[in-house]
Amino acid sequence: MAKGKYIFWRLVALLLPYVLIQGLLGAGLISDFQQITLMMMGINIILAVSLNLIVGFTGQLALGHAGFMAVGAYTAAVLTLKIHQPFLLSLILGGLAASLAGLLVGLPTLRLKGDYLAIATLGFGEIIRGILNNVEYVGGAAGLLGIPRLTTWTWLYGFLVLTLLGVMNFVNSTHGRACLAIREDEIAAETVGINTTYYKVVAFSLGDFFAGLAGGLYAHYFYLIQPSSFSFFRSFDVLVMVVLGGLGSITGSVLAAMGITLLNALLQDLAEFRMIIYSLLLILVMIFRPQGLMGRREWSLARWLEKRGEARGPAGS
Amino acid sequence: MGANGAGKSTTLLTIAGLLKPQKGAIYYQGRDITGLPAPFLVKEGIALVPEGRRVFSRLTVRENLELGAYLVKDKGEISARMEEVFERFPRLKERQRQLAGTLSGGEQQMLAIGRALMARPRLLLLDEPSMGLAPMLVREIFRIIQEINRQGTTILLVEQNAHMALQVAQRAYVLVTGRIVLEGSARELLKSEEIRRAYLGGQ
Ligand SMILES: Nc1ncnc2c1ncn2[C@@H]1O[C@H](COP(=O)(O)OP(=O)(O)OP(=O)(O)O)[C@@H](O)[C@H]1O
Ligand SMILES: [Mg+2]
Repeated sequence: MAKGKYIFWRLVALLLPYVLIQGLLGAGLISDFQQITLMMMGINIILAVSLNLIVGFTGQLALGHAGFMAVGAYTAAVLTLKIHQPFLLSLILGGLAASLAGLLVGLPTLRLKGDYLAIATLGFGEIIRGILNNVEYVGGAAGLLGIPRLTTWTWLYGFLVLTLLGVMNFVNSTHGRACLAIREDEIAAETVGINTTYYKVVAFSLGDFFAGLAGGLYAHYFYLIQPSSFSFFRSFDVLVMVVLGGLGSITGSVLAAMGITLLNALLQDLAEFRMIIYSLLLILVMIFRPQGLMGRREWSLARWLEKRGEARGPAGS
Repeated sequence: MGANGAGKSTTLLTIAGLLKPQKGAIYYQGRDITGLPAPFLVKEGIALVPEGRRVFSRLTVRENLELGAYLVKDKGEISARMEEVFERFPRLKERQRQLAGTLSGGEQQMLAIGRALMARPRLLLLDEPSMGLAPMLVREIFRIIQEINRQGTTILLVEQNAHMALQVAQRAYVLVTGRIVLEGSARELLKSEEIRRAYLGGQ
């Protein structure tokens, strides 16, 4: 496969969904409801892929992704709404704030082996909500209202691609290998000279950065954020996406995030049933595909093109 | 050597920098290395094959070996070392694309040793490499350990299989609750009454 041609197709694959949906939006062919679902899909993909980095690739169980999303959402919203900062800057600062919160939670707990992170992040999610509920400046339980609607499909898609490229580059680098080794066996990882605490903290706060970004994008799409928008159930939602898609598969996370978002939208009026359906889905996956939909595999454009090329014979080289 | 719970693994883990000693000091080639972090010690040439092998189960044999040379940046150097490991363990070469968790116990032990060798250690710490292996394989592993040693790597071996261990070792130490109670040349210890009674099943 010629390199130039590959890059061309890669660009096409990257831009096609964007152009397609942008076109449909422009032509007014997408209803408001569909648009909300679409935007939630994007946000959930960012959340799921970033949590997969922590849980799937590095093997650290984190149960507070919604808490870090809240940090990013509130930081970015306060910046645009109250301090009138530009959107992009606010989003990035929101991500950094979430990442910093991740450092605070991660540094003391990730030095230890075992599932301390799960407990700490579970606590963190609740503490953040407790704080937000009681701070008047950000509206207390009523939340922040009137956040400018700045998140467009274009912004969202841009950050989605950024997240995917960022996480993919990380996991395919030697850093990613170090994380996989930690997931497989922390003691063995130490024996080969991997600084396990460092990589656990890096993976965790990098994942939290993207969760914070997702929070900022969320806040600037829905006008309103409340502490209750970031409850444990949202963290759980994201975890379900990661497990369903496959621990350690980015493609899996993307597909599962899309599927679950769609399911959530369809079951909107049956909120109580959602948990039951999730549980059923999880049980079914555990029975029939314990490794998740995709296992550890990724869908790769290069491989796909190669296969098609082979099928058609050597003519088109 | 020493009974279960004597502190053999703890000693090795401490030398390799995975545990910090509460008391005492560790010297390596004349330098105080007490409390230095594991990555630094790996660079200095100390590699540990931990008890129970601990291969990276869901990674391939090849990926396991690559991780053994985690601190080496030069790709050419890594593949050269891998070739050496494959020469020593042809089995691993045949199975390089297999997931490590699906290897047999003996193969996993070879992989664990191979992974440590990827760091080109000057001091190789082996924690019960014969654990759970059939006698044939134990002999094979011991042969390889001797070979590695002859080619210039110092080996500190922890073994329950005292008879085999004393036959290949130059010096031996017996540990009881964290203290050395007996030490000497392996040949001496092999003849010692105490050792015969406690480890070799002699009367
Ligand atoms: N983190 C710890 N906290 C408390 N005790 C510990 C800890 N780690 C090890 N020990 C104890 O220290 C003693 C020595 O353990 P170690 O693993 O070094 O034994 P060992 O000589 O390798 O035994 P074995 O032959 O069974 O492998 C044991 O009694 C063990 O229970
Ligand atoms: Mg032991």
